[in-house]
Amino acid sequence: MSKAAIASRGLSARAAEAAGGLPHLIAEAAKAAAAVHHGYRGQRRKGAGDEFWQLRAARDGDHFRQIDWRRSARSEVPFVRETERKAAGTVLFWVDRSASMAFSSGERGAKADRARVIALALSMLLSRADELFGLVNGAAPPGTGPARVERLATELVPGEDCEYGVPPRAATPRDAIVCLSDFLGPWNAIKDSVEFAAGAGSAGALLQILDPAEEAFPFRGRTEFRSMNGTLRFETLGAKSLKAGYAAELEKRKSAVAALARDAGWLSTVHGTGRPASPALLWLHEALSRKR
Amino acid sequence: MEFGLIAFASPIALLGLLALPFLWLLLRAVPPPAAKRLFPPVVLMLDLRDGEATTSTSPLWLRILRIAAVAAAVLGLARPELAPQETVGADSANPILVLVDGGWADAPDWNDRAAKAASILDGAARRQRPALLASLAAGMPEDGEFRDAAAWTALGELRPLPWEPDFEGAALWVRANLPAAFETHWISDGLHSDAKLELAELVAERGALAVYESGRPALALRRPELKGGIASLMVSRQRASGELAVTVDAFGPDPAGIERRLDTAEAVFADGERDAAAEINLPREMLNRATRFEIRGADSAGSVVLAAGGVSARKVAIVDDGGFAEGSELLSPGHFLRRALEPNAELVGAASAADLLANPDAVILADSIPNSDADAAALLEWVQSGGLLIRFAGPRLAAAAGGADDALLPVRLRPGGRTLGGALSWESPKRLAPFAEDSPFIGLTVPGDVLVRFQVLAEPGPDLEKRAIAQLEDGTPLATSKPVGEGRVVLFHVSAETEWSNLPISGLFADMLERLLIAAAAGPAPLPPHADQLVWTPERHLTAFGEVLPAETGEPVDGSLLAEGRAGPDLPPGLYRSGAYRAAVPAVPEDRELRPASWPNGTAIAGFDARESFPLAGILLALALLLFSADVLATLRLGGHALRMSAAAGAFAAAAILPSTGDADDAFAIASTRETVLAYMRTGDPETDLVSEAGLRGLSAKLAERTSVEPGSPVPVDPESDELAFFPLIYWPVTPAQPDLTEEAYKKINAFLGNGGMILFDTKDADIGGFQFGTANSDALAKLGARLNLPALQTLSRGHVLSRSYYLLADYPGRHVGEVWVADSGSEDEGAPSWKLAAVNDGVTPVVVGGNDWASAWAAEADGSRMFPIGWGVAGERQRETAFRFGINLVMHALTGNYKSDQLHIDAILERLGS
Repeated sequence: MSKAAIASRGLSARAAEAAGGLPHLIAEAAKAAAAVHHGYRGQRRKGAGDEFWQLRAARDGDHFRQIDWRRSARSEVPFVRETERKAAGTVLFWVDRSASMAFSSGERGAKADRARVIALALSMLLSRADELFGLVNGAAPPGTGPARVERLATELVPGEDCEYGVPPRAATPRDAIVCLSDFLGPWNAIKDSVEFAAGAGSAGALLQILDPAEEAFPFRGRTEFRSMNGTLRFETLGAKSLKAGYAAELEKRKSAVAALARDAGWLSTVHGTGRPASPALLWLHEALSRKR
Repeated sequence: MEFGLIAFASPIALLGLLALPFLWLLLRAVPPPAAKRLFPPVVLMLDLRDGEATTSTSPLWLRILRIAAVAAAVLGLARPELAPQETVGADSANPILVLVDGGWADAPDWNDRAAKAASILDGAARRQRPALLASLAAGMPEDGEFRDAAAWTALGELRPLPWEPDFEGAALWVRANLPAAFETHWISDGLHSDAKLELAELVAERGALAVYESGRPALALRRPELKGGIASLMVSRQRASGELAVTVDAFGPDPAGIERRLDTAEAVFADGERDAAAEINLPREMLNRATRFEIRGADSAGSVVLAAGGVSARKVAIVDDGGFAEGSELLSPGHFLRRALEPNAELVGAASAADLLANPDAVILADSIPNSDADAAALLEWVQSGGLLIRFAGPRLAAAAGGADDALLPVRLRPGGRTLGGALSWESPKRLAPFAEDSPFIGLTVPGDVLVRFQVLAEPGPDLEKRAIAQLEDGTPLATSKPVGEGRVVLFHVSAETEWSNLPISGLFADMLERLLIAAAAGPAPLPPHADQLVWTPERHLTAFGEVLPAETGEPVDGSLLAEGRAGPDLPPGLYRSGAYRAAVPAVPEDRELRPASWPNGTAIAGFDARESFPLAGILLALALLLFSADVLATLRLGGHALRMSAAAGAFAAAAILPSTGDADDAFAIASTRETVLAYMRTGDPETDLVSEAGLRGLSAKLAERTSVEPGSPVPVDPESDELAFFPLIYWPVTPAQPDLTEEAYKKINAFLGNGGMILFDTKDADIGGFQFGTANSDALAKLGARLNLPALQTLSRGHVLSRSYYLLADYPGRHVGEVWVADSGSEDEGAPSWKLAAVNDGVTPVVVGGNDWASAWAAEADGSRMFPIGWGVAGERQRETAFRFGINLVMHALTGNYKSDQLHIDAILERLGS
């Protein structure tokens, strides 16, 4: 068997494995989306759309086409029927799929899985509201509907080989960008991308996803820490003594993310994979509905 | 291999110790590996300073721990033993013969003997010398083959046997089967016999002989002998020196048939005497009931003697003049008597009373009168010399009655008789009265269906009462008895057939005869002269430990063997029976003399208490295991793996130290979360607390009445000590008495507010001060609020969710009517979204502040009546109703968020718009 054959076999096996995980991801995302749906209340503002929003007495300036004749016939003043605002916005996801996101401690899922679940669930909610969504710099243009959700799912599956992820520089004015990452990558590159997008007029939200072990640092004794691809190593005789220093560094990174978001006029929060996905999803959803 | 006190069973394993130095060097060179962990945030750690330098060798204590563990394991595998058994020919490699007497004298300390044998075999196994174990009483094994000592697993099944060891057979076997040289260990019972000495000399010629004896002297009980009505039992002992008293018990069935101790006697040995007698003095019939004599406390077959007991083999002559009687043989008195006596007695045919040649123990005259004076005189003489004469009434006796005193009758009879229940009689047939205490029949039950229709009557006399041993229910005698000389005459006042009564066909008849016959002769019946021609079946067996068991196998024994009287494998001691005869075979032959054993010169004699060897292997291996586990833990710890274990240990320790507080907290948590409960803050002012509780109770009742919220009893909480997270809504009346809170409490309250809790602050001052001129209460609130994370407040406007979360409300009165403040939700202002609130709390206001004294408006007594009046008349009650509605809205808002804000009342809103 030639090397190429082995490589292709390995590739197809990985693809099958990844595809096998897909229905699971979608099911989990659908569950999270269903949990949020009860709280979903549309835009709560009058606007262009199909859904009925409210009736009000006609005022000067209202076009006669707007008058709800059936309602007006029951009383003496004309009524205008207003529909709920349906602004078709576009939400672009950047889901970090670098090696670092593949980390998981214990039984909890990897950070990347959680990021995929949240992105998919949010896309389902957006799809229900007929809003457009897609990947930043994705191959397929933004769209909506169940088919686009499934397309997004397949787009999200492949991982990337780089050690830490950096959001791509993309100028997408009037769109909202949702970044799901652990934000452990090279800080200047991250900062540059976000500032570039914000400068171009994009709204956005940063969801920093961390594993419980990354926050708690539950290590002791002689330990050699390695990055996921093994390019970075750090050995210590007493991991416990490092805890305070590590916590300070992590806190520094967290506040840097928060400051970056604030400066850009974006929103940010930290989500631990130890907790269920729905609170983070709810937060993102609320953030997006407020933004527009 | 032995080193002083310690011997090794597998010394080859000790070579492993040589490896220890190399192991030391190896361990020194290889430190425990670091735990390798994938950890993406390592990028953040690159700049951190690690204080400790990396070492390249293992710590010294770890190396010592490991070396010790390996050394313990090696030593343990070598199977060391402490204080091994000393041996006779320790140097020789000769095979070892272990002899156990195994007879009745071994039984009392058999466990010690078995342990001794096991210890000798263990020693042989340790030295890898073949061994052979044989019990002299059980017989020698077929082949004289010495085997691996460890193979003698059958030792546990070895049991002492209730007879004498067979030394002659063993000597033959030794000569025929055993090699020229072997070493003998003899666990002896300490009794002497010439054959034993010969065997000992024989084995001593072939090699070293070691003898083990217990210090316990053997005792043997001999057969009872009768001397003038007293049973005398000889007890023999092995050692003549010293005084000794032993107790001998006699056991047998009592009149009710239950086995119990009949009598006890003591045998006292004087110094220098080997034998002593125990004398058991019992009435003859009691003595004849005894089935077993036993030395108390001596648990061997030698200390038990069985007696045949009962009426076995009594010779009874029945004289019924059958030849002269008319009618069927099956109806004659003799027939009933024979059927009743046959199972247990030897019946002697007798044509007349004079026929006493067979010298029976008893003579029964069934309605028979001695033919001549000579006959009567002979009979009388026989009775006077100890015979038992039993007479039955009948037509002939009734006809002959009425004469002078008859020596062969216990009472004088009246002529004729009495008919009961006949055609010409007024009286009905009579039943039997229960037997009197002194009657020989005591203990027998009287069947209700035994009826007497005719009897002969005795002349009344002073002796009649005394002589009656059985009576009818009207007091007339059924049976009378009189001693004559050494013998006795008994008269049944009814006939021995069914004409006069149905007594002869009842079971009582046979029992009464047996009771009479049991006293007929003294002592156990001797063996019949033709005993060796009979075949005997065993009834009971005697075990070596002196227990009497029913014979398992009824295998018959030849009479010649029994007549010899020597118990052995072919004739186990016990009780045998052949027809009416019974014979007891004792474990110890009559002629066996008990003497201390003598041994060939130069024999080593030891007791059983020699040092036991103590295996150390288990302890050492356990120690090694323990050290290895310690090593695993230490390695894990060094490698940073011990995380979960230490966490678990810490949790365990914490649980052990703080069990009580944990329980209390749990109880509080369970009570607070089992159902929805409203809570109020404990202020320290008892009256305020009372009103708070009553108010929340009233509100809870209204909630249960009107909504699907059914709260439990209100709970007081203290932010200092209680967990607040369980409660959706906390009512906090603020008074100047409000104590200062600690930092912890503030943190807790802030966390509660920040995570969706709701607090209703009530200054109870009707807002008279406004915000410019504070009252004492509002000052207290201001002081409190300064430390709390309160959002910006706004007055509760008409559009707020609180005004429509259940009821539609325009104002929010309590006992007073005033402004109410809630968190600024920012919902009115479309231009500047408030991210914070919307993200955390679903728009629910964390605080509601007012001074309307709601608790007083809600407050209800335990019986549901109102605690405080409000306003005037109907308007006041209307205000109270509105206060309740506000309370319900508040709870709904706390529980459901802004769910109701625009959906529920859409119809009403539309309608209002339309009107």
